[in-house]
Amino acid sequence: MTIATALIYLLAAVLFILGLQFLSSPRAARLGNWMAAAGMVLAVGWTVIVLSHSFTFAGLVICVVGVVIGSVAGTVGARTVKMTAMPQMVALFNGVGGGAAALVALSELLKGAGSRPEIQTGAPGVFALIVGGISFAGSLIAFAKLQELMTGTPITYPGQHIVNALLALVILALALVLLAVSSPVAVLIVLLALALVLGAAFVLPIGGADMPVVISLLNACTGLAVAASGFALDNFALIIAGTLVGASGTLLTRLMSEAMGRSLANVLFGAVGKVQQEGSGTGAGAAGRIARSSTADDIGMLLAYARFVIIVPGYGLAVAQAQHVLRELVDQLERRGVEVVYAIHPVAGRMPGHMNVLLAEAHVPYEELKEMDEINDEFKRADVALVVGANDVVNPAARNSPGSDIYGMPILNADQARNVVFLKRSMRPGFAGIENELFYDPRTIMLFGDAKESLIKLVAAVKAA
Amino acid sequence: MSEQVVVLFTYFVLAVFIGFEVISKVPPILHTPLMSGSNAIHGIILVGALLIAANARTLVETLLGFLAVLLATINVVGGFVVTDRMLEMFKGRQSGASGRKDGKRR
Repeated sequence: MTIATALIYLLAAVLFILGLQFLSSPRAARLGNWMAAAGMVLAVGWTVIVLSHSFTFAGLVICVVGVVIGSVAGTVGARTVKMTAMPQMVALFNGVGGGAAALVALSELLKGAGSRPEIQTGAPGVFALIVGGISFAGSLIAFAKLQELMTGTPITYPGQHIVNALLALVILALALVLLAVSSPVAVLIVLLALALVLGAAFVLPIGGADMPVVISLLNACTGLAVAASGFALDNFALIIAGTLVGASGTLLTRLMSEAMGRSLANVLFGAVGKVQQEGSGTGAGAAGRIARSSTADDIGMLLAYARFVIIVPGYGLAVAQAQHVLRELVDQLERRGVEVVYAIHPVAGRMPGHMNVLLAEAHVPYEELKEMDEINDEFKRADVALVVGANDVVNPAARNSPGSDIYGMPILNADQARNVVFLKRSMRPGFAGIENELFYDPRTIMLFGDAKESLIKLVAAVKAA
Repeated sequence: MSEQVVVLFTYFVLAVFIGFEVISKVPPILHTPLMSGSNAIHGIILVGALLIAANARTLVETLLGFLAVLLATINVVGGFVVTDRMLEMFKGRQSGASGRKDGKRR
């Protein structure tokens, strides 16, 4: 690597770090993304300039064609994706990155195929091959689950963990043999194939609702695979950029499992959402009780004459595409002088921070979006907690019912508000399959129906009030 | 282990610390853009893909190189474009009210 190249890569790395730093405020975030993109253009552009003397004809053709097709496909995908479908889009982009890392590693390893690879390039190369392959296949399964191309419920069979563990052991053993003895082409191919199988097998038993954690984890995997390719290619730009992403993905994975009140191991291996947990201390008395439901007019009146309303949006809101109507309701309330804020649970939506994006799309100013820790003490002072398309994130069972799947998950204290209004399709429990005690609380009013239609009725009711 | 590997390892370790430090300051409200933005950054693998594709001679090298460049480009371009699209929507009270025809707040 020449000095000029090293300096350009250093500049690119600085731009990546600054870009990530700028992402910490909503105001500067867009600029940060542009800075990171500028760093990328710099690194890639300079690489092309350096390579310009050594392109083979075939090499030139595949680079140009690959970049052109890839740019068109990436742009079209990114421009047309619906905001509700963002998690699967991110999973897909992450997967192709992992795939690219695996292919780069495979290509490097093939150069020395048949002999014993040098440990300092061979070991990271093999790591990138395996982890990149896992990330590619795992991301594609996550994509398929979120896109509902396949069932979102966990796919399990007896002895699954043992089979997966054996698969991982075989991969590990093969990798060690390959590094210690020799690396025939066939073994490299088998190794990649096994990594792909493991990636798929590892995501299959994880439920759709746990995908925020899986996507974060796979993001970290791709980052580390890229960093490992950097070691194999002796290129520090790849190492720094890949490692930054590895750190970011690891941190988000931890935050997400904390926000669910579960260990990472439980998320990955617990197959939560598979069966409606038997009993789990909720059945008692639930059958005979009746939840109080009311009309949109009455609830509209309640909202119109409240002083302080906290809205708890859940993924049901996004599914009903009701975020714009919700915004209209809030506008009506604010016009009457009602103070309104949104309480956002960290796992609301299908990936970390997803709900914020969906509300931003409906032009909700980010000052009104409150994080759980920020808002939880405020519920005491709220006249109404309006829960739209959410359930488990306000379920007191997370506090009081040991043995339930969500026990220990930090929840929003909606039950402390003077009135709780649920907009819900039916009494059906949330993904965890756990009855919500709050439905039967004397302060709770249910408004049954499609979230969007209910909100339209509420807007009319508030206008009339 | 050669000196060069130790240097590379140093980059790695320092990047771990910088990564945790910088990312831990990002508020939950921006976690989705953070994830898709960092996603785009690992598209730096495009540099690696170009390095292996440029000198492709055999059919296998050509195929692998092409696929690697294609996938890495989708990663980079798609990642940055989709992140920009999301961040464009994050507006505060003041800036949100101007510009948008449906932004009739306050």
